Amino acid sequence: MEAIRILEKPKSKQLGDLSDPEMFRHNLSINVQDVTKLCAQLEKMIFIRAVEESIAELVRDGEVKCPCHLSVGQEAIAVGIAQHLNSSDRAFGNHRSHSHFLAMGGDMESLFAEVFGKETGCSKGRGGSMHIYAGEVGFHGSVPIVAGTIPVAVGAALSAKLSGSNAVGVAFFGDGACEEGIVHESLNFASIMKLPMLFVVENNLFSSHLDICLRQPSDSTARFAVAHEMESRVVDGNDVVAVDKAAAELIERARAGHGPGFLEAITYRWLGHVGGNSDIDVGVRRSQSELESWKKRDPISRLYRALEEKGNYTKSKLQDFEKATQDLIKTAIEKARRAPWPKADTLCEHTYDEKVI
Amino acid sequence: MTKTISYSQGILEAFEYVLSHYPESFILGQGVWSPWYVGNSMQGLDKKFGKERVIDSPVSEGVCTGVGVGASLFGHKPIIVHPRMDFMILAMDSIVNQAAKWSYMFAGQAHPCVTIRSIINRGGEQGAQHSQALHSWFAHIPGLRVVMPYSPKDARDLLIASILCNDPVLYIDDRWLYEQEEYVEDIQEIDLSLQGPKVIRAGEDITIVAASYSCFLGVEVAKLLQTEGISCEVVDLRIINPLDITPVLKSIRKTRKVIVLDGGWKNCGLAGEIIASIVENIEPGLLMSPPKRFTISETPAPTSIELEKIYYPTVTDICDFVRTMF
Ligand SMILES: Cc1ncc(C[n+]2csc(CCOP(=O)(O)OP(=O)(O)O)c2C)c(N)n1
Ligand SMILES: [Mg+2]
Repeated sequence: MEAIRILEKPKSKQLGDLSDPEMFRHNLSINVQDVTKLCAQLEKMIFIRAVEESIAELVRDGEVKCPCHLSVGQEAIAVGIAQHLNSSDRAFGNHRSHSHFLAMGGDMESLFAEVFGKETGCSKGRGGSMHIYAGEVGFHGSVPIVAGTIPVAVGAALSAKLSGSNAVGVAFFGDGACEEGIVHESLNFASIMKLPMLFVVENNLFSSHLDICLRQPSDSTARFAVAHEMESRVVDGNDVVAVDKAAAELIERARAGHGPGFLEAITYRWLGHVGGNSDIDVGVRRSQSELESWKKRDPISRLYRALEEKGNYTKSKLQDFEKATQDLIKTAIEKARRAPWPKADTLCEHTYDEKVI
Repeated sequence: MTKTISYSQGILEAFEYVLSHYPESFILGQGVWSPWYVGNSMQGLDKKFGKERVIDSPVSEGVCTGVGVGASLFGHKPIIVHPRMDFMILAMDSIVNQAAKWSYMFAGQAHPCVTIRSIINRGGEQGAQHSQALHSWFAHIPGLRVVMPYSPKDARDLLIASILCNDPVLYIDDRWLYEQEEYVEDIQEIDLSLQGPKVIRAGEDITIVAASYSCFLGVEVAKLLQTEGISCEVVDLRIINPLDITPVLKSIRKTRKVIVLDGGWKNCGLAGEIIASIVENIEPGLLMSPPKRFTISETPAPTSIELEKIYYPTVTDICDFVRTMF
């Protein structure tokens, strides 16, 4: 029988250089007037990575047992987008959402407590890594059913529009999620209703073990935005400046009532689909050399080098920041270890609203 | 030839058997090329039978299930795999509105013989959307056969029977049973429509009715209570739609007490259905105590290990409960 589907990488890739880890390794090109913001973004990325690397270690050591999907390598996307969101916005995530939660300002200690399953966690130990919440900063929940929050985010945008608020809805999802039918219904709906909505595809070229070219006829998902007549941008997701710029444009448009936007950010995850190890040997066509190559397109060092080159950030400042971050993380982990477990008699709490009207 | 197989090996052998003997069969589903998704229950199938017949899919439960229905109308025997029952919810239309009703809507002129394998995969702090046992929903649907094997032999033989059956079948296996072992004979094809509940452990004082992993709990409970002088008979339902209550009634006529165990929720669930069928059919005055059910708490699955521990019923919990019936 003839092969029923393409099992080799397609000759012509729509993403071109964007999916090539040999490319885009240069220091980011930065504007002098943005230095303060860029330093903050650099630190935010370093912070997110450090938190996730500690979680990876806790998973490897067996101390954290809930499934953890980490975004190490993908930090620029959350940071660049969160730059343009505020606590009245309505962002939603997926199974891989620690970075969204932290970039929006979610409480790091409550994240650690959550992955430990403690009562002090952001979801009181009911959710673990895959169900996190920080409503106070505009992060309204992440869930692991792929594409599950996308229509919910569209609903949040509809509500914003109906109530005349200038909040935007944001859905963070992956390239794999684009294979679910509900994504297309959501894009269509947001488009015809001209909703204040941003769809963010973190295209890391994989859905668990499968390369995008084994799952879709093109390696770029922005074609779905085109099909729904939606404004879109495709950017290097390991370039926080590029993500920031695209997010600014699309969010501004959405807030101004010009309808939804679609931002596809090309990136790569450094760790396995789930857990603390890099799954180079089991991923279908995810090789050690490809992974090593992507590590050279590191969103953090590319920004750091650019800032350092111009004297806007220094090695010693970096070391100080890393040290301070490690101290915060250590404290958070200690607190999480000592925190109380949810009480047995609260098992069924929160199934329904307990308020009596 | 007899040999010992595990539950997951039973599933694997069933797939190997069908793929080797029925060239019209194929597998489609998420993770079937991955070593993680479905445990070792499908290991190596893609290498042995080729990636054209063992097809890993996009993240598209809806279309994969729908195409299973479609291909089954034209001479194929598709087996659609959902590595977690929770993900299968995205395919409800194809299962409930299409597959289950097709034969009836067209007066038996066409039969979507698709087999849908879905896995109950609980525990491990996975939480609310990765832990559900929704078999009761599907057992509500006329036209859809729902199979829930407990023993390794059934895991193998009922899977083959499901695939060979001319009706749409939902075959549900449970990850918590994968390591269970049993001594089995060579494969013999059986007719799914002739299969029904079986007594898997004889006893005198109470009937425990269960399916799938709950049978495991039932058998463990029976073993423990035996030492205290309570003799339990365990009935394995095996197929929960269409449901044959007769073997259950037969057992109860002997023991005159019954408890139903179920890994799903109580309200409108399998355990309630079994009890209703018993009450409707059993002679008045025969039961020595009200029929009882033991199900999971009426709340979604938590992640925290401390809550998970009390969320899923244990042998100890059930034994305590059964003792109160004496
Ligand atoms: C409805 C549903 N189908 C399948 C899964 C299993 N699953 C979890 S994450 C994932 C990969 C999704 O890939 P992508 O959207 O690209 O996100 P990434 O993991 O790459 O960040 C899959 C298939 C799921 N959780 N939910
Ligand atoms: Mg992906």
